[in-house]
Amino acid sequence: MAAVDDLKFREFDDAANLLAANPDATTISIDEPPEVHKNQHGRAGERGREEDDELLGTDDSDKTELLAGQKKSAPFWTFEYYQTFFEVDTYQVLDRIKGAVFPVPGRNFVRLYIRSNPDLYGPFWICATLVFAIAVSGNLSNFFIHLGRPTYHYVPEFRKVSIAATTIYAYAWLVPLAVWGFLMWRNSKVMNIVSYSFLEIVCVYGYSLFIYIPTAILWIIPQKVVRWVLMMFSLCLSGSVLVMTFWPAVRDDNRRVALATVGTIVLLHALLSVGCLAYFFDAPELDFPAPVTPVHNGTTLITK
Amino acid sequence: FAGLADVSIAEDIPVEGEITVPVGAHSPDEDYSTLDEPVRETIMRDLKAVGKKFVHVLYPKKSSALLRDWDLWGPLVLCVSLALMLQGGAADSKEDGGPQFAEVFVIIWFGAVVITLNSKLLGGTISFFQSLCVLGYCVLPLVVAMLVCRLVLLAGAGTASFLVRLLVVAAMFGWSTLASTAFLADSQPPNRKALVVYPIFLFYFVISWMILTFTPQ
Repeated sequence: MAAVDDLKFREFDDAANLLAANPDATTISIDEPPEVHKNQHGRAGERGREEDDELLGTDDSDKTELLAGQKKSAPFWTFEYYQTFFEVDTYQVLDRIKGAVFPVPGRNFVRLYIRSNPDLYGPFWICATLVFAIAVSGNLSNFFIHLGRPTYHYVPEFRKVSIAATTIYAYAWLVPLAVWGFLMWRNSKVMNIVSYSFLEIVCVYGYSLFIYIPTAILWIIPQKVVRWVLMMFSLCLSGSVLVMTFWPAVRDDNRRVALATVGTIVLLHALLSVGCLAYFFDAPELDFPAPVTPVHNGTTLITK
Repeated sequence: FAGLADVSIAEDIPVEGEITVPVGAHSPDEDYSTLDEPVRETIMRDLKAVGKKFVHVLYPKKSSALLRDWDLWGPLVLCVSLALMLQGGAADSKEDGGPQFAEVFVIIWFGAVVITLNSKLLGGTISFFQSLCVLGYCVLPLVVAMLVCRLVLLAGAGTASFLVRLLVVAAMFGWSTLASTAFLADSQPPNRKALVVYPIFLFYFVISWMILTFTPQ
């Protein structure tokens, strides 16, 4: 009987063979689990991505990946919109600072630490601390340099605080704006794989300025060599954070444009540190007590 | 409802009445009118509230009196007196000098506003003016330090006087920071407390720096 035959178990052919026999049959495909996809991309993708994959296994990575889709849905005139830029805990801020002070070659600061959760807390308060660190250290260092001179009267030089504030905040916000605009413009011409949002660039610049806070405090030491060594050291550290961030974003471009971009970023950074050192910290002259040379008509002449 | 079937309302008779429910009688202590009391009593009541808050700042036990009824008179008086006492130290040239009156004012008020915004953006539950009130009142120890510094400077400006001033300013700075942290830290989420306390530390540090570097002409 046909019914009994129908109930017998039947081996099914391979899906590919079945489809070859009957090409127009409807098919259902079930997606593979996402871990397999990530591994495939990791092997085929760039160096940076591979290293990110092995680091993506940490705890808060899952949270931030999920939350990334829910952020910034409030309109920009509400308070909640700005609250989304302060979704950081203490340990996250400290982690980001650590990542900016100890850059590891090959690890992109934005991909590793920011992970589409840029915050405004770090850039704002690091700049504020840097402003006051430079102003206070400059004042202290001038005090110690000119201490022995009889004509020196200590002044707090409070004007310099506003100058420092203008300079540092302008650098930390206008230069990222320019860099972002430039990257957007190049992105429209050349298809880049890596592109950063404006706030991520502000974050990188803000956190990279952190190394200058201890540097400014150490600049109190009135030795020229020490100051320049410190400046070179901190410039290397923070410059390398910036270079490692922006090199993946421009390296697919024309070679000259890429090098010029990265070079300009480093140059502006160097200009900032040299300018701060020159303006806020007086040059430590070799200041010994003034020698007194007696002149023959009996008056003493004090020479500097 | 059979009996209501033939009820009809003529259209020319207006329907009117009162919808409002009369509110119950006011409780006795809410209803006193401050319009007829003598002016002295009005002023003394506010002065006593300000004075009580000063005492609370000097002995910060975990009471919430500062937080509940905020007022900005105390901060205004403290800010103006601090700015006035920081005058008279400016050198002749405009460039190197102590902070001007307006600069002190702006630093204190703008700094307090920025710190309040920071703590609210980080998820704090304190209201804007309550936070301003606490930050302003906790400047009191530093104003006391300024007073002591000016008195010490009357006696001389050498190294000994500098050391005394340094100790006094450092102690008052610690007191201010601890007092304001005691009032403000409870309203923050626990994993962000340090993020909120650090700007307060920076704020009082800047004010202490202005006090310590004050040198009379």
